[in-house]
Amino acid sequence: MKRLVGASIPLMAAFVAFLFGAIMLLAIGANPWEGLQALVSGAFGSGDRIAATAIKATPLILVGAGITIAFRASVVNIGGEGQIIAGALASTAVGLSFDTLPALLFVPLLLLSGVIGGAIVGAIPGALKAYASVNEILSTIMLNIVMVQLMNYLLRGPLIDPLEVEAGTRIPQTERLPDAAALPVIIPGTRMHLGFPIAVLAAIGAYYLLWRTPLGFRLRAVGHSPNAARAAGIDVKRNITYALGISGSLGGLAGAILVYGSEGQRMVTDGSAAGFTGSAGFNGIVAALFGGLHPLWTIPSSFLFGGLLTGATNMQRALQVPAPIAVAINGIVVVFVVSSGKVRTRLDRFMDARSELNES
Amino acid sequence: MNDVSSSTPVADQAAMLSMRGITKRFPGVIANQDVDFDVVAGEVHTLLGENGAGKSTLMKILFGLYRPDEGEVRLNGKPSGITSPSTAIEAGVGMVHQHFMLVPTLTVAENVALGLPSGRGPLTNLDAVSARVSEISEAHGLSVDPSTEVWRLSVGERQRVEIIKALYRDARLLVLDEPTAVLTPQEVDDLFVILRRMTDEGRGLVFISHKLHEVMALSDRISVLRNGQMVGQTIPSATSREELAEMMVGRSVKLVPDRPPVETGDVRLEISNLSVRGDRDTIAVKNVDLSIKGGEIVGIAGVSGNGQREIAEAVAGLRAPEPGGSIRFDGVDVASMGTRARRDAGLAYVPEERMADGAIADFSVSENLILVDHASKSFTKSGLFDRQRIADHAKKLVERFAVKTPTIDTPTSSLSGGNIQKVIIARELMSDPAVLIAAQPTRGVDIGSAEYIHSQLIEQRDKSTATLLISEDLDEVLGLSDRIAVMFEGEIVAIVDAADATREGIGLLMAGVVDAA
Repeated sequence: MKRLVGASIPLMAAFVAFLFGAIMLLAIGANPWEGLQALVSGAFGSGDRIAATAIKATPLILVGAGITIAFRASVVNIGGEGQIIAGALASTAVGLSFDTLPALLFVPLLLLSGVIGGAIVGAIPGALKAYASVNEILSTIMLNIVMVQLMNYLLRGPLIDPLEVEAGTRIPQTERLPDAAALPVIIPGTRMHLGFPIAVLAAIGAYYLLWRTPLGFRLRAVGHSPNAARAAGIDVKRNITYALGISGSLGGLAGAILVYGSEGQRMVTDGSAAGFTGSAGFNGIVAALFGGLHPLWTIPSSFLFGGLLTGATNMQRALQVPAPIAVAINGIVVVFVVSSGKVRTRLDRFMDARSELNES
Repeated sequence: MNDVSSSTPVADQAAMLSMRGITKRFPGVIANQDVDFDVVAGEVHTLLGENGAGKSTLMKILFGLYRPDEGEVRLNGKPSGITSPSTAIEAGVGMVHQHFMLVPTLTVAENVALGLPSGRGPLTNLDAVSARVSEISEAHGLSVDPSTEVWRLSVGERQRVEIIKALYRDARLLVLDEPTAVLTPQEVDDLFVILRRMTDEGRGLVFISHKLHEVMALSDRISVLRNGQMVGQTIPSATSREELAEMMVGRSVKLVPDRPPVETGDVRLEISNLSVRGDRDTIAVKNVDLSIKGGEIVGIAGVSGNGQREIAEAVAGLRAPEPGGSIRFDGVDVASMGTRARRDAGLAYVPEERMADGAIADFSVSENLILVDHASKSFTKSGLFDRQRIADHAKKLVERFAVKTPTIDTPTSSLSGGNIQKVIIARELMSDPAVLIAAQPTRGVDIGSAEYIHSQLIEQRDKSTATLLISEDLDEVLGLSDRIAVMFEGEIVAIVDAADATREGIGLLMAGVVDAA
């Protein structure tokens, strides 16, 4: 009963958010029903659209699964953006240093370098929290800013496409990466590439890690009760570092996939973090919350959010509404879903109090 | 049991308090079923029962916090009319809580004045309160200075302030909820003298406790609750501790565990010159030397807060000792090792705080049973948990240690305190440790579980484990230990052979009187 009510809360939140979205559409004179239709058909209307949605969902799944790992160890990771950038930069640097390699070797190598890049940028705030009591919310956010500046420096300087320098346009992007490095398309005729199944496998892997391995057991033990974990001989500080490192490594993997699954086959930015990540580092948090902070539920919830992102673009085109309205609806969904967590804890407390009364 | 209430002399007098046919149901549970309880002026009527037997429900009904489904509460023959603790005070019913309700930064007089209805508008006449506190204090032998700030007082003195608060409001009927939990044996004796003086004045006392020797020493009448029902009423001269325990539990129990002599082996735990800082960065343990042989239980007796917790945490590797000391397990110095390495070297640790440090509340029973050894090869298969073997392991331990749990996947937090403690003991004894630290192993645990845990600790001793027992319960220390080390202000002031130890001698040592034993 409790579980059922708990699970329905995010759906109710989404429903209320759409209601608000409808009011906003009405206010600017658009038909909300048509808007919804455009949204849904834009997200899931054809094979192509579904592929686009899946591609949008891919980094959300990865970041979201990473969030659930951190959450189970009772640490908060707001550094998804920075970790994505770190993974992208690391895999780009590795990709640029080889003219070509067999794809079977090249692709795993690049993904691995993304994982390592993200893990390092995740583990830094982890170690700072564990060994120096630095609040990880602040340090992960701050590292996002550091990583954006590093990205801008590298893409405008050392890693910039020589052609951009020659032409004098100086768009901050790297040269086109080797074709053998591209993530292979798995459904011919669509853009669906290997990244999506990798992300799904990673989320399943996160589930296995947390509930089927000694390392995950330690992370959860530290998350539930650091004191009891310590008394049982578990190194709490090391495991906090691991939690953020692993969480970051999934963001890094998302970064590598963003680069090598992109149409341009290169890393490009407009100078902001979102210019490269599409805000996946933040939207992934929302997807994880929407999925009840369970790695497996993160998969469908990311898919829904991916749909919202692709569908909103379509709605904007179909209804000729200004672009910000799509962003605003997105934002409202986020606000409602996140605050539904609060509703859920209140509900839990209420139900616990009731069952406690039954016991006494 | 033997209902002797009709033969007690006090029962002929009119009852101050008379609770008749009290029934209180909660969904799924009957907390009190047709309970009769009365107190006459001048008596100490003890309410005895295990956790969950319905004692606190009955008292909450008395104080108007719960309404009974059936039955009535009468004070001096009239319906009590108590609907809240404040109306209880007006009706002359007071309570001395187990956890003191005092503001440490205020003086005794200010604490007494708190919440008093003032006769003079918004201002309280503190001098008048002080004078009256002195008067009460003198009349009852409480010896408390009204102008002292509460934080300067010892635990025993703070309790006397609580009593003064009740007397100031002229409580005729006083409920004392486990008043001796934090006192040394001498302070308990002093308290009993004070309480006797109060009954001599015609006040009635309800004494709630589970320490049977105190119950026997203080009570005029004893009523025993079990599972919400009054199972018997007796007087001390007509019963024994064993019989009272049997009434509480519903079957015969061994209060003092059998402790057959065993041959002791080599020294397995050797602590020398150990000093440890406490949470406030002051030295909490001072130059302690202690060695325990295999097959030996050494109990540490002492009023809590005299360094027992710090010594346990230092041996467990959770608190760094000051340089210069050493801790050896089987001859190996472990002082610089972490907890994991010490556990590998043979340590088992039953922490004092069961739910905070001993087990993870949200983990299932089977998860808590592998909290220490989860990475062992016997629980994993190619990197993943072997769930079948973990389940088998849990089932085996649950059965062997008689843990009452619906399933092994039940969240540990929904078990009773005694069963949670059994889970922890099962986990810690499983490794057949060289050194076992058992801190408060049965605090707040029901008698049946305590009896079982004691037998397991002795069985483990017989397997040549060196056990360091830390307990506030002097009966437990006396009953389990082969030797008793008494701690006072961070030092071991004496080590006494159990055969030579007396409750009085240990009590004096606990209070810092060194030449006592």
